Amino acid sequence: MAGSNPNAKPMDLTLKIWRQKDRNTAGQLVTYTLKNISPDMSFLEMLDVLNEELLVRGEEPVAFDHDCREGICGMCSLFINGRAHGPERGTTTCQLHMRHFNHGDTITIEPWRAAAFPVHKDLIVDRSAFDRIQQAGGYVSVNTGGVPDANEIPIPKTIADKAFDAATCIGCGACVAACKNASAMLFVSAKVSQLAMLPQGKVEAKTRVENMVAQMDVEGFGACSNTGACAAECPVGISLDNIAMLNREYLGAKASSENV
Amino acid sequence: MILDSKIPEGALAEKWDKHKFNVKLVNPANKRKYDIIVVGTGLAGASAAATLGELGYNVKAFCFQDSPRRAHSIAAQGGINAAKNYQNDGDSIFRLFYDTIKGGDYRAREANVYRLAQVSVNIIDQCVAQGVPFAREYGGLLANRSFGGAQVSRTFYARGQTGQQLLLGAYSALNRQIAYGKVKMYPRTEMLDLVMVDGKARGIVVRNLITGKIESHSAHAVVLATGGYGNVFFLSTNAMGSNATAAWRAHKKGALFANPCFTQIHPTCIPVSGEYQSKLTLMSESLRNDGRVWVPKTVEIAQRLRKGEITVNDIKEEDRDYYLERKYPAFGNLVPRDVASRNAKLMCDEGRGVGASGLAVYLDFADAIRREGQPAIAAKYGNLFDMYAKITDENPYEKPMRIYPAVHYTMGGLWVDYNLMTNIPGLYATGECNFSDHGANRLGASALMQGLADGYFVIPYTIGDYLAQTPYDKVSTDHPAFKEAEQNVKATTDRLLSIKGNRTVDDFHKALGLLMWDYCGMARNAEGLQFAKQEIRKLRDEFWQNVKVTGVNEELNQTLEKAHRVADFLELGELMVDDALNRNESCGGHFREEYQTPENEALRDDENYAYVAAWEFTGVGNEPILHKEELKFENVKLTQRSYK
Repeated sequence: MAGSNPNAKPMDLTLKIWRQKDRNTAGQLVTYTLKNISPDMSFLEMLDVLNEELLVRGEEPVAFDHDCREGICGMCSLFINGRAHGPERGTTTCQLHMRHFNHGDTITIEPWRAAAFPVHKDLIVDRSAFDRIQQAGGYVSVNTGGVPDANEIPIPKTIADKAFDAATCIGCGACVAACKNASAMLFVSAKVSQLAMLPQGKVEAKTRVENMVAQMDVEGFGACSNTGACAAECPVGISLDNIAMLNREYLGAKASSENV
Repeated sequence: MILDSKIPEGALAEKWDKHKFNVKLVNPANKRKYDIIVVGTGLAGASAAATLGELGYNVKAFCFQDSPRRAHSIAAQGGINAAKNYQNDGDSIFRLFYDTIKGGDYRAREANVYRLAQVSVNIIDQCVAQGVPFAREYGGLLANRSFGGAQVSRTFYARGQTGQQLLLGAYSALNRQIAYGKVKMYPRTEMLDLVMVDGKARGIVVRNLITGKIESHSAHAVVLATGGYGNVFFLSTNAMGSNATAAWRAHKKGALFANPCFTQIHPTCIPVSGEYQSKLTLMSESLRNDGRVWVPKTVEIAQRLRKGEITVNDIKEEDRDYYLERKYPAFGNLVPRDVASRNAKLMCDEGRGVGASGLAVYLDFADAIRREGQPAIAAKYGNLFDMYAKITDENPYEKPMRIYPAVHYTMGGLWVDYNLMTNIPGLYATGECNFSDHGANRLGASALMQGLADGYFVIPYTIGDYLAQTPYDKVSTDHPAFKEAEQNVKATTDRLLSIKGNRTVDDFHKALGLLMWDYCGMARNAEGLQFAKQEIRKLRDEFWQNVKVTGVNEELNQTLEKAHRVADFLELGELMVDDALNRNESCGGHFREEYQTPENEALRDDENYAYVAAWEFTGVGNEPILHKEELKFENVKLTQRSYK
């Protein structure tokens, strides 16, 4: 019923999927075949079909992270044919549909690869480093209550819109997976610049950028070498401008910092 | 058992202020002597955990996702209501209260709803202070839109991603408290039982989803902010992991479950496309501000369309039935969700549905694009149009969207009093997890409001009142009550793993979902409900004989996680049917076919059913006991809802 292409036919696929028992065991690619996959299925629904088949055969299903399946929660995280979230630009894995593949294709599915994202199992990685970076300063220090009326802080629409663009980061980690250095600069810069642009966030802008960058280094993410792969693969289009802004903020902060 | 809602005395507008003065306070230096557990990190949970941490309590927060930022509040699209009256269009706290009570078809408590409207204004201030990038006008002030049947513009929004921005705000506040050490966060950890000592909630038993380890956590109070139970239907707009297990297991320990049959079917979702479908995607209600809903005027045209003999653009204007505009001229396409959903079903039942299955209606933007131009429409709804195109491979700028109702929100939940405490002392329920504010139907942009109201502005006051009367003594997790709960969880897990049957967990879940959708969905009748009850029991029996769960407990095992959740859905589903059978009236999202007006509108029975149905668990397969909390309306007059 869905799909504008009435000629789209079910397809047969070969899947090469990374299987790894746990963090301490070596993993490997295992080959599976699937028949009669509808082009209107989402990529994760295709994996659901595989898992149901594996269960019926008494084999262990493939573990993968997913939750909202609407492209917003940031939980899904597959490296598909060498691309974070697969071949379609601006798309999370859960919003990728099988109509972008062809009958007879071989699809390789791996977890995010980064030292700071160790594999928990199969395609599931540990992204808690991202949470720790946010804990290092990704907030405005206000307690609940005792804040001014919302309209007492006018913000030019252009600034508000730019801050919104940075704030749409879903924290999936595709930027890290896409980067040859496994750098988290795009992720960190999105929060730094969102809050640095807004009057509410300016007060703590200097300590925020210093602390978040320091935590990023502690977590073992690589350095940024400005290749731009992160922004190209980002499913929600976080711009490289944010990295430029982070660098500016960081230099400004260090110039007057007590933590030099 | 007598249900005491603990609604404060006095005039409606003064109850909350008086109550805040009357509640007992915990001295700032003593707050650190109390431990509080918060389960769930969506809007209700994250806001509560952060605020309680700021106040000085020791908080432990739990979520099953890999990060608190993933909770399904993140997917809310449209907006959040607040009675700011920034638009000078006649809004007020009383009007928001009135709209919410009426929209809920007079099945919510006046005092709770009034308080919700009161604190709504504080929520917006709080979120802006956190750096939430709400939509703004060129003058730099906040923008509003009208939403979901409201006749004033009181909805604040952040493009189509309001839930995401609000949740990231609450998440940032939570992170700050984690950094200060006031909140300890446990991601990838699922609550599997409530622990009670001397009749009070004193802790929880959880499973570490990475290692499988069963662990106990002790506290002076437990807050459940675990969301709704829409996934009982298998297909819903909920996230795949959304589940009822924490709330249901608390129910089995004695917490009453209120109005379980009140489920909201959202009118504008992308229709089902095949049997492999795993979830349904909502298209924000805001689309109805500019989109016109229609079906072909005749069954014959609809049939030709479904067969592919004609396309939608071949249908002439005079052959289109804009049925909402025709039937409800005052509200038109903006009628509340329950009315819009039921009418879509009526059109499809008449044979005038579109799409190959006939289970869809059109939502058409052609007029809006002609009127305002494509760029203006793209600016308002671009991300929603893109999402629609990605999923369906159709361009909604050129062809009308196809939409159909889908399960979206559950108004029912754990029974709570005015303090948001369940009937178990020390156990609280907030956000969608409780039943309190939306009656039989929730208005658009009110879920975010309630979640944040409960977490930022209600529970921080009311939990202090309870703790101030609780000794500092901690209960050790070596206490027999903890050991017994751990043993029960282990026994259930072992049983699930040992069945080694032939049918998968998803297969059972889908079968349950179909039963619920067919017999306890948009329209219900006694005969169908009785049939469903028997079928659910059979399915549950089969589940415990024949379910297939692979692997072991001591590992990351997603099949086992699902099995626990579906086992609970199979019990909850029966209670929803019981509740729907008991309520011999139609109201809001609960439409009993036997009780309707000649115009097919819901026919309430205020004389006999103006009560909250709170159910007591008596054992699996036993009939639950009904406790009634009579609803008293002193400030609004009960009328038949009319949107004509």
